Amino acid sequence: MKKIVKKPVIAVGPFHPLQEEMEFFQLTVDGEIVTDIDMRLSYNHRGIEKISESLQFDQVPFLISRICGICSASHPLAYVQAAEEIADIKPPERALYVRTIINELERIHSHILWVGLAGHFIGYDTVFMWAWKYREPVLDLLEEITGNRNNYGNVKIGGCREDIPNEIKPRILKELDEIEKKMDMLTKAVLDDPVLHARLKGVGILSKADAIKYAVVGPTARGSGVDIDVRRDDPYAVYSDLDWNVITQPEGDVFAKAVVRLLETFESIKMVRQALKKLPDGPVTIEVKEIPPGEAVGHVEAPRGETFHYVRSDGGNRPVRHKVRAPSYVNVPSFKASCIGEKIADVTITLAAVDPCYSCTERVAAVDSRSNVIHDYENLLRLSREKTEKIKEGKK
Amino acid sequence: MTEVLQNLFWILIFPGFLFTACFGLIACWIVRKVSALVQWRVGPPFYQPFVDVIKLMGKEILVPQQAQRTVFLTAPLVGLAGLLLLSTMLWRITIEPTVPFVGDVIVAIYLMALPSLALILGSSASASPHAAVGTSREMKLVMSYELPLVMAFIVVIIKSGGQLSLATLAQQTPALSISGMLAFLVSLLCIQAKLGFVPFDIAEAETELGSGVLMEYSGALLAVWKLIQAMMLVAMPLFLVIMFLGGFGTSGMSLVWGICKYVLILVLMILIKNTNPRVRIDQAMKFFWIYCGIVLAVAILLATIGDCYGINWL
Repeated sequence: MKKIVKKPVIAVGPFHPLQEEMEFFQLTVDGEIVTDIDMRLSYNHRGIEKISESLQFDQVPFLISRICGICSASHPLAYVQAAEEIADIKPPERALYVRTIINELERIHSHILWVGLAGHFIGYDTVFMWAWKYREPVLDLLEEITGNRNNYGNVKIGGCREDIPNEIKPRILKELDEIEKKMDMLTKAVLDDPVLHARLKGVGILSKADAIKYAVVGPTARGSGVDIDVRRDDPYAVYSDLDWNVITQPEGDVFAKAVVRLLETFESIKMVRQALKKLPDGPVTIEVKEIPPGEAVGHVEAPRGETFHYVRSDGGNRPVRHKVRAPSYVNVPSFKASCIGEKIADVTITLAAVDPCYSCTERVAAVDSRSNVIHDYENLLRLSREKTEKIKEGKK
Repeated sequence: MTEVLQNLFWILIFPGFLFTACFGLIACWIVRKVSALVQWRVGPPFYQPFVDVIKLMGKEILVPQQAQRTVFLTAPLVGLAGLLLLSTMLWRITIEPTVPFVGDVIVAIYLMALPSLALILGSSASASPHAAVGTSREMKLVMSYELPLVMAFIVVIIKSGGQLSLATLAQQTPALSISGMLAFLVSLLCIQAKLGFVPFDIAEAETELGSGVLMEYSGALLAVWKLIQAMMLVAMPLFLVIMFLGGFGTSGMSLVWGICKYVLILVLMILIKNTNPRVRIDQAMKFFWIYCGIVLAVAILLATIGDCYGINWL
C-alpha cells in the first residue's frame, strides 16, 4: 500500500480573520515556509448570470451592481457598454463624463479601502482606521450624486440615471482637495516607514513573466511591470480626452502593489477634476426602444483590474446570455507563483495584496471530499435536461 | 496560623491576585481606550475588560480531542501562579521596603519567564497546527528578548555597585544616566514583546494564525490567559519602574509620582503599539540580538567605566 505522508496544513479560511468573505487557502507548510498552496473558492454561489438572463435589459444593471459592493460602478458599466454596442447607441456626451467621474470616485475609495485592509493584515490597525476615515468623504460624495454609498446603479443603457447637478461641482472639487491632502499625508507615512519597508519589500514577488503567464490584470499586473490598463488600451467613456498616466512598478512585490494603488488614487483625483471642468451641458440620457439581436463584449478597468462582460440578445427584452469575468478570478491563481517558498507571515499579506474580492470569484463546481470534480458543465446540463424530461413525463 | 492567613491575604487579595487583576483590567481598558482615540474610534467603557473576563468564565471549555489534556488544562494555572508570585513580590517591596527577604532580581527574572513558558506548554499541548506555528514563534521570541532583558538588568546592577536586592535597587534612578537610559529603552521593547503587543504580537498574529498560541483555548481557561495578560500589564511596567525609575512610592506625592512613572511607561507602550506594523519573527530575532545586543554592550561598557571612575552620568 502506498504510504501517505501527511504534511501540516495551515488553513486560511473558510472563515478567517484575514478575509471578510468565505474562501479557503490551504497552506502546506514546512516550519514557517509555505511549500504549496491550494485554493478553494465559491462558498457563496449566487447564480447572478442566470438571474440576469431572467431580467429585462434595463433591470440588469441594478442586479449586477450587486456582484460586488466595491466595484458596483464598473460591472454595470461594462454590461451597459456591451448592450449599447449591440444596439449601436451613442449615449450623450454628458453621460459619458458622469460615468467617468463615478468610476474614478469608485477607484479612489476602493484603493483607500485596500490600503486600510493591508494595514490591518500586518497588524497596523492605526493605518486601517485612518484610511477608512479618509475614505468616508468619497462615499458621501457618491451618495450625494447617486443616492447610495455603494451599489450606485447609476448607469443605464443610453446614459445615466442621475446627473451631477452643476451646483455641487464646487463642493466635489473642495472635497477632492481635502482628500488629496489627506492621501498625501497617508502616502508619505506609508512609503517612508522603515518598518513597513522591512515588512513589504521583496515579499511575495510576482515576476513579470509569471504575471503574463497567469494573465493577471489591474494593479496586480501593473505592480509587476506589465503595462496594461483598459482605460488607455481600449478607451471607453471619456478617458481618451483626459490627461493621466498609467502607474507601473517593476518590482512585483507587495510594496510595489501598494505604491501602484496609492499613486493611482492621485491620478484618479486628477481625472475627476478634469472631467468636472470639461463637463458639457445637455441631457444625461436618451431613450432606448429595443436591443436588436446580436452579441457584444464590454470591458471596464475596475479597481481590481479588467472586468469583462459578454451579452447576447435575440431581439427580445431579456439577454439570452450574460457572461461575467471579474478581475479577482484571474488574479487569485497567481498565488501559486507568488506565495510558494515564502514564510507564513509574508503569505498572508501576499494573499491580501491582489485585493481579492471574493464575490468576484464565485463559480459553481460540485466536488466530493477528495476534491474530484463530479459535475462539470456538460454533466450539469445533462442532469437538468433529464430533470426536465422527467417533469414532462410526469405530466403525461 | 495568623502568619499563614496574612500571607494568603497578601497573595490572594491585596496586593496579590484581586488587586493586581483589577488594576490590570483597568490598565487594559486604558490601552484599549487610548488606542481607540489614536485611531479615531470611541473605544470601550471602563468596565469592558471586566465584563469580557466574567463572560468568558461562564463559557464552555472545549478541549481538542488530540490535546494533552493535563498539560493543556494546567498550563494557564502555572502561568497565573508564577505571575501572582511576581506581582505580590513587587508590590510587597513597594509597600514595605524594609521587609527582610522577599526575593531579588534573579528570582524576579525567573518568575517573569514563567507565563511565557506556560503559554508555550499549553499551546503545544493543544495539537493544533496554528498553535504549533504560534508556539514555535513564541519560543523564538522568548529566546530573542530574554537575553537583552537580562543584559539591561546587568546594566542596572553594575550602576548600583553589585546590588541584587529589589528594595535597594528601587531607591536608585539609573535611567538618569546614559547607559541606564539605553538599557531602559531596550527593556521597554522587551516588555512590549513579553506582553505580545504590536510590533511583537507575532505568536498571536490574528490575521495570520487566528490568534495562534491561544487558538484552542476557550471559556474559563481563555479568561485566565486574558487575566494573565492584564496582570502582566501591571507587573512588567512596575518592574521597570522599580529597576530604572526609582520605584513606586506609597504615600502622598510619591504615590502620585509613582503613578506618573507607571503611566509614562504604559503610554510609551501604547504609542509603539499603534505606530508600527507586526514584524516577522526573523526580523524580531535580528532586532533583539544584533541591534539591541550592540546597544546593550555599549551600555554595559559605559556603566562599567562609570562605575570604575565614579562618573554617575555615564
